[in-house]
Parts: sequence; C-alpha cells; structure tokens
Amino acid sequence: MAEVLVLVDHVDGEIKKNTYEMLTAARRLGEPSAVVVGTPGTATKLAEGLAAHGAEKVYVAESDDAVNFLSTPQVDVLAALVERVSPPAVLVAGGADGREVAGRLAVRTNSGWLNDLVEVDGEREGTHSIFGGAFTVQSSATTDTAVISWRSGSIEVEENAAAGTQETVEVPSIDAARSAKVSNRAPIVGGDRPELTEATVVVAGGRGVGSADNYNVVETLADSLHAAVGASRAAVDSGYYPNQFQVGQTGKTVSPQLYIALGISGAIQHRAGMQTSKTIVAVNKDPEAPIFEIADFGIVGDLFSVAPQLTEEVGKRA
Amino acid sequence: MNIVVLIKQVPDTWSERTLSDGDKTLDRASSDAVLDEINERAVEEALKIKEAGDAEVTILTAGPDRATDAVRKALSMGADKAVHVNDDAIHGSDAVATAKVLAKAIGTVGEVDLVLAGNEATDGRSGAMAGMIGEVLGWPSLTHANALSVSDGTASIKRETDEGTCDVTASLPAVVSVGEKINEPRYPSFKGIMAAKKKPVSTIGISDLGLDASEVGLEGSLVQVDSFAPRPPKSGGQKVEDEGDGGQKIAEFLVGQKLI
Ligand SMILES: Cc1cc2nc3c(=O)[nH]c(=O)nc-3n(C[C@H](O)[C@H](O)[C@H](O)COP(=O)(O)OP(=O)(O)OC[C@H]3O[C@@H](n4cnc5c(N)ncnc54)[C@H](O)[C@@H]3O)c2cc1C
Ligand SMILES: Nc1ncnc2c1ncn2[C@@H]1O[C@H](COP(=O)(O)O)[C@@H](O)[C@H]1O
Repeated sequence: MAEVLVLVDHVDGEIKKNTYEMLTAARRLGEPSAVVVGTPGTATKLAEGLAAHGAEKVYVAESDDAVNFLSTPQVDVLAALVERVSPPAVLVAGGADGREVAGRLAVRTNSGWLNDLVEVDGEREGTHSIFGGAFTVQSSATTDTAVISWRSGSIEVEENAAAGTQETVEVPSIDAARSAKVSNRAPIVGGDRPELTEATVVVAGGRGVGSADNYNVVETLADSLHAAVGASRAAVDSGYYPNQFQVGQTGKTVSPQLYIALGISGAIQHRAGMQTSKTIVAVNKDPEAPIFEIADFGIVGDLFSVAPQLTEEVGKRA
Repeated sequence: MNIVVLIKQVPDTWSERTLSDGDKTLDRASSDAVLDEINERAVEEALKIKEAGDAEVTILTAGPDRATDAVRKALSMGADKAVHVNDDAIHGSDAVATAKVLAKAIGTVGEVDLVLAGNEATDGRSGAMAGMIGEVLGWPSLTHANALSVSDGTASIKRETDEGTCDVTASLPAVVSVGEKINEPRYPSFKGIMAAKKKPVSTIGISDLGLDASEVGLEGSLVQVDSFAPRPPKSGGQKVEDEGDGGQKIAEFLVGQKLI
C-alpha cells in the first residue's frame, strides 16, 4: 500500500491532537508514515503516541537547524520524502505554520494543494467548508501527490496500533543566505485549558462581558465544562481577552460539539468562525441579536446572572 | 530601494458571498469588492520605508478590470505606480498558479529588493502566498510580521501567529507578509486621490510575462473543484426569556442533548 506522509505537529515534546486526526485521515488513503522534524531527541518523546494512532513508519529528521529557520527545514525534509516515496498525499496541520509549509511544498514539488480540508475520502476527494460554513466544496488534486492542510477538529480521532518503525532521514543543509533565520521563539502555551481549535466545548465572550475583569465569568463557566475560552473581535479589541483567542473570520475557526456565546451579537464575521459548531447556545440581552438565528438554544437575559447559574448547575451534575 | 506591494481585491465580507455555478469559482460579480484591509497595511508599511529613506513603491495585483479600484486606492495612499495583470486566462487559478503569475510579474518591476504582501486574504484564506512566491523566486520569506525593519540589505521582523512569536531575519531580496497588528493604515488625502489619477498603471497580460494560457487559470491549476453545495443555513432553535432560571434552563437543554 502507498505511504501517506503526515507532518507531525508538536510543541515542547508533545503531539498536538491535530496530528492524530491527520493520521486517522491518512489511513483512508494508504499507510500512514509520520514525519518528525525537530531538534535532536524529539522523536523519542513522540514515538509512542504516533504508533498508537496508526503510524506504520516514523521518519525522524532531527537537527538543531530544525528550529533555526522558518518552515524551510520542514519543506526540505518533506520534499525529499515526496521524491523518494511518491505519496498520494502529504498532510500538514492547518495553522499558520502548517499552511506555509503546505503552500511552499506544493510549489516546490509542483503538487496540487488542498487547503483547509475537513474531510477526505479514499479517492483523494477532499471536502472544504468555506465562507464560514455557508458552502461545502469538493475538490481534488490532479497531480500524483496532493498536499493537504488539515483543519483541526474536523474528524474523530481513531486509535490504531501500528508498528511505528523509526527511520532516520537527513535535514538537508540549509543555505543561510537565502533562508529566513529564526531566533527568540516563544510558542504560545495554552495553559491548562484545551486548545481553542481542538476543544470539544468552547465558551466565548463578547463586548457584553464589559471588561477584562468580568471575563472570569466566562472562564469559570468554561472551566466547569472543561472548555476552551474564546472571544469576539470586539472583546479582543477592547482588551478584555488576548488576541489568540479570537473566533471568527480574522480569528480562529472552531467547530466544537458545543459553543456557548455570552454577550456576542453574532455578526457575520464572528459567525464565520463558529457556525459549524454542532450545538450553539447563546445568552444575550437583546432578543433581536442575530446570534439567536443560529442558536439551538437561546436565553434572552443578562449573562452575569445566567452564566454563573449555569456554572453552578454544571457543577451539581459533575 | 525598490519595493513591490501585492494587493488583492476581495469581496466585502458584509455582502453575501457565493460561488458561480458554471466554473465553480468565486462569484466576484455578485458581491461588493474592496481592497483587502490587510493590504492597506502592507501599503502603509511600504510608505513608511519610503518616507524614512528613499524607495519607489510599486503596487502589483492580478485580477479582473474591477481590481483597478483597489489599485487606485493604494496609489492614492501614496504608492508611486502600479502593475495590473489582467487576463481572462488567469481566472480560476489555484494558489500555485497564482504564485507563479505574481512571481513573474514581480520580475517586470526590475531589481526588486522587497516584496510586501498581506498574510492572509479574507476570501481565499490560503494564507501562504508570501511563502509560495518566495519559493518560486528562491527568496527567503518572512511571514506574519507585526513589526518590520529594513537596513543594510537585511529585513528583520517580529513574527506573530496563533502558535507563538519569534524574530526572523533574512537578507534581501525577500518577501514579507504583514499581519493585522503591524500598523494603522492612513486614509488617502484629497491630494492623494487627485494625484493617483495621474500615476502610471501598466496593464499587462500573461503573454507579457512569458506564460502560456495552459500554465494558469483553470487549465493550469493543479487542483480542480469537483462540486459545491450551499449548506442549509442553520436555523434558530428555542429562544426563551430569562425569568431567573436561565442558567438552569440551559443546563436542562444540555442534559437533554447529552452534552453534560
Ligand atoms: C474585515 C472584518 C473582519 C472581522 N473579523 C471578526 C472576527 O474574526 N471575529 C469577530 O468576532 N468579529 C469580527 N469582526 C467584527 C464584527 O463585525 C463585529 O463587530 C464583532 O463580532 C462584534 O463583537 P460582539 O458581538 O462582541 O460585540 P457587539 O456587536 O457590540 O455585541 C455585544 C452584544 O452583547 C450583548 N450584551 C451586552 N451586555 C450584555 C449582558 N450583560 N448580558 C448579555 N448580553 C449582553 C448586546 O446585546 C450585544 O448583542 C470583523 C469585522 C470586519 C469588518
Ligand atoms: N491575485 C493577487 N494579486 C496580488 N496579490 C495577491 C493576489 N492573491 C494574493 N495576493 C497577496 O497575497 C496575500 C495573501 O493572500 P492569500 O494567499 O489569498 O491569503 C494577499 O494579502 C496579497 O498581498
């Protein structure tokens, strides 16, 4: 069976859940091979998780250069492997870094790039959800290899014990004069809460929350549900909550089982980032707020009384 | 310094966006079009470099006739001239084909030192054009900049994405993509708007770029759209007035849905 390459998304020696989704999706197309690009010693920490989720092979590309240059090491390693194993597909995580790797790899190997897929079938037919979920688009690559960037949170992860046989591959030496050098890397670590794009439940606050201090109402409810915290752009712009938590067209796209919107009006650009959530609950003072048009359950009321009461109710049932 | 700024006309997100039935491409005629906000920031950044020293700023876009409006807007902000690649053959290009077209078009501007782009357009969301163009040209790409400085043949940025921050440096020529936080773009002045009308815009086709119609557009794309369908809009469910038990009501609903 053909090998399908999956670039492992990892930070601080831990695999991101998205990688497991990609391994699950890769299995439909062939035999998943995980590709680890990192500093020496990285693969050892990741090996077990990769094998448990279906990686028959693990290509280990380790070098200090892996973190000293911007996306070039990943592109170089993947391009060499594409040349060698002619995979029907290469899957890369759909974040900013992953998309950059995907786009460059597509140029380098002259492959079709299927960006932001939420589904792929055994015939390499990919599904995108565009314009904030208003349209579903089916597309495919006309080239031998498809480069796929994967939207996290799109499919259920399947465990699948596999060999996980490790093979060391080279990180090609990088022409420093023609590459972008990186220093002072500071990954954003999410703390104890689940990552926004991977969470099963998201609780988000908007301008209605009123201040940064008040945001603890949102956080407390989120914690009772083991949820990630999100924010509207108005909440971010007003300084209530940090930028990386923004949901919407210019923020993150989330598709959790449950999305709870507190004090968010539901502008089209916000909806673009959350309307494919399976269940939507909204709390808003204004009965005419557009968020109610897409909410499965809405309470017209003050978030400062409804949210704490809900937190308490969830606590009782925990 | 010779700077090229890549700009793109996008459908206004406030208007309805749709796809055309015929060739399954973005139906650009059905929605209002605007200069993408992020591109205004790219233009602003180029103008700041020009004002701090000496630079010529060329606007470059690949798009239909209507993209002229976006070009004029960028010129009215203060850019010097523009190149508009306008060719029916380009219609339907995928990201790889677009990168090839733009890379070739950059070549028409002479010895370019710096290319500035937006990090992610509001329509396509490929969000990788700068890296892809860098790849075609063999130049380094410095992406998602929230600060940029250029000196002694080197570009340095502060990079910021959802995944984290870092510093990136590379020697020129290079491609830089800017993020939302890099600056606040200026409004065109009346004088700027008047001056823009006289600034040179060279409109070229793909043959001027040495490209063949089979290399671009739907034909030259490596990805094909097979079908699309509107998703039935999500309809609202229950909406109840809070009577002091709103939190409990939600909890009951969530229990009913087996969500808690
Ligand atoms: C190009 C572009 C991109 C954009 N990208 C994004 C994006 O990515 N994400 C995004 O979110 N927005 C985005 N926006 C902005 C968007 O248009 C809206 O302005 C924004 O979503 C509004 O945020 P909000 O709902 O929090 O604020 P508002 O619209 O001001 O709504 C606040 C709501 O809170 C309610 N409220 C107030 N007090 C209470 C209370 N005590 N209890 C209950 N309810 C209360 C009010 O009734 C109101 O409905 C973008 C806009 C543009 C032009
Ligand atoms: N057709 C185009 N013409 C000029 N610039 C473009 C074009 N497409 C993309 N770009 C540039 O690439 C950036 C990112 O676009 P995208 O890759 O579509 O998200 C945009 O902000 C522009 O700067």
